[in-house]
Amino acid sequence: MPQLEKKKAAATDAAATASIDIRDVTCTFTTKRSRTTAVDGVSMRIEPGEFVSILGPSGCGKSTLLKMIAGLVLPTTGQVGLLGRQVKGPQRNIGFAFQRAALLQWRGARKNILLQAEMRGMDKRTAARRADELIELTGLAGFEDALPHELSGGMQQRVALCRALLHEPPVLLLDEPFGALDALTREHLNVELNRIWRETGTTIVLVTHSISEAIYLGTRVEVMSARPGRIIETMPVDLPRERDYGKVMSAPEFETLAAHIRTLLSGSH
Amino acid sequence: MTTAQDDIKAPAAVPTAPERTGRRGARLGNQLAAFGSAVWRPLIVLAVIGLVWWFVTAREMVERYLVPTPGSVFEVMWEDRSMLAEHTYVTLYETVIGFLLAALIGIGSAVLIVYSKTAERSLYPIILFAQVIPKIAIAPILIVWFGTGLSPKIILAVLIAFFPVVVSGVAGLRDTDPELLDLSATMGASRWSVFVKVRFPGALPQLMAGLKVAVTLAVVGAVVGEFVGASEGLGYILLLASGNLNSALLFADLILMSAIGVVLFVVIEVAESLLIPWHASRREGSSVTMATT
Ligand SMILES: Nc1ncnc2c1ncn2[C@@H]1O[C@H](COP(=O)(O)OP(=O)(O)O)[C@@H](O)[C@H]1O
Ligand SMILES: [Mg+2]
Repeated sequence: MPQLEKKKAAATDAAATASIDIRDVTCTFTTKRSRTTAVDGVSMRIEPGEFVSILGPSGCGKSTLLKMIAGLVLPTTGQVGLLGRQVKGPQRNIGFAFQRAALLQWRGARKNILLQAEMRGMDKRTAARRADELIELTGLAGFEDALPHELSGGMQQRVALCRALLHEPPVLLLDEPFGALDALTREHLNVELNRIWRETGTTIVLVTHSISEAIYLGTRVEVMSARPGRIIETMPVDLPRERDYGKVMSAPEFETLAAHIRTLLSGSH
Repeated sequence: MTTAQDDIKAPAAVPTAPERTGRRGARLGNQLAAFGSAVWRPLIVLAVIGLVWWFVTAREMVERYLVPTPGSVFEVMWEDRSMLAEHTYVTLYETVIGFLLAALIGIGSAVLIVYSKTAERSLYPIILFAQVIPKIAIAPILIVWFGTGLSPKIILAVLIAFFPVVVSGVAGLRDTDPELLDLSATMGASRWSVFVKVRFPGALPQLMAGLKVAVTLAVVGAVVGEFVGASEGLGYILLLASGNLNSALLFADLILMSAIGVVLFVVIEVAESLLIPWHASRREGSSVTMATT
């Protein structure tokens, strides 16, 4: 009888398995001097293959939200589920990239990418092949041995992206990965990221400050309020998965959505 | 349009594999040139000091027994070369062993302090205390405990030299990018591999700076140990020469002591450029940009 129940539970779980399932999560940081509620009552369900962009004013808890998905920060209340399992500590089924590329200064580009494989104990040959594919895919060919300080900001960010993708994670978390880049490099990488997403079917959560980036890349945009961070609106982006940059930017849907988000964000300050 | 160059200029700036080896050769040449340009100014200063020294003594502006002529100093160095070499070797030996032990113990303590709160709370006060005690005051106690052999000198060298190693090691290890640590956690990395692949290499630039300070202090430790009770070493010879008012030997001895410090310092600098070329080349790059702007 208990076994039957277990089976049933497993079955319903499987049917309902979202990539990411955040349920009424709150996160409060307590330090000696202060208590900060960074995230307040956020719920979010992200299906496999979705691309969710998160927008919000600085300090509203976007990074904290991503860290909770990764299990690097545990929620004060509420629950986070990742690929059908409750998150209780650092998760290995994800790829993570930050605003600063966070590369090892003493390693060349390729070896930086392969850090992922070394730390995971991946098969060497598989990892090497995969690294070569990613280097090709992101246009890093010819830069394999270049040290981080010999690379431009855009190149460094590509290396960080390759490192996050090396183990083919089902979920990719990106925390303002293009925030420090100039507009044109950023556009380039947006187009590349859209292609990578389509080709790999990875579930992606992207935190960004750029409204156009959020719309161009996302299948859905979540807008957060100033601290304590709450979701103030969820907007589906009604565009095909394959997107031409120029066309999206001039599409009327884009304009109305961007204008709406802009008023939301200016109102939340 | 300059903003657009970010990705486009990069291929030209970063050479492909065959070019890189060529550039490494060029880098060695650059290093030699840098060494030359770093050395000629102090050499001139040294020459000026030597000239003043020679002038003052040649004119007998100071009594000979107070300041010997450069000629007599080099004469003593040459005539007593085998004796001086022996004692230089003793002091060098004490210094190097003391330094190596200080490096080992210092790095070990730094790792403990960074990785364990308990170790930090119990070790840091002791280390600080050991640093605050005047080392010269411990020397007589060490002689009483360990006799007049090499060990008290080595212990003194360790005591003096290991503090900068601990401090720089702790600072370097603490300086690890927290995002790299987060990243490692999502890779399921073991503590050991995080230490070996991320934390320790990242701490090397600061650690090497500490080791450079430590090696010069180790010479001081060894010599102070010899002052208090020894039958060999440059510190012992210095006391003898001072007792005999043999100022030429005194000066010769002093020059040899300084030479030990300088040589060991340069050895660490070379080790640094071999161990962390990525750091050195970054510095080179920054000095180049500073020169061109
Ligand atoms: N480890 C922490 N300890 C204390 N406060 C923190 C910590 N991490 C983040 N915070 C605070 O939580 C709030 C949200 O931070 P964050 O999630 O980084 O915001 P965002 O990424 O949206 O800019 C900020 O006020 C920040 O100071
Ligand atoms: Mg942030």
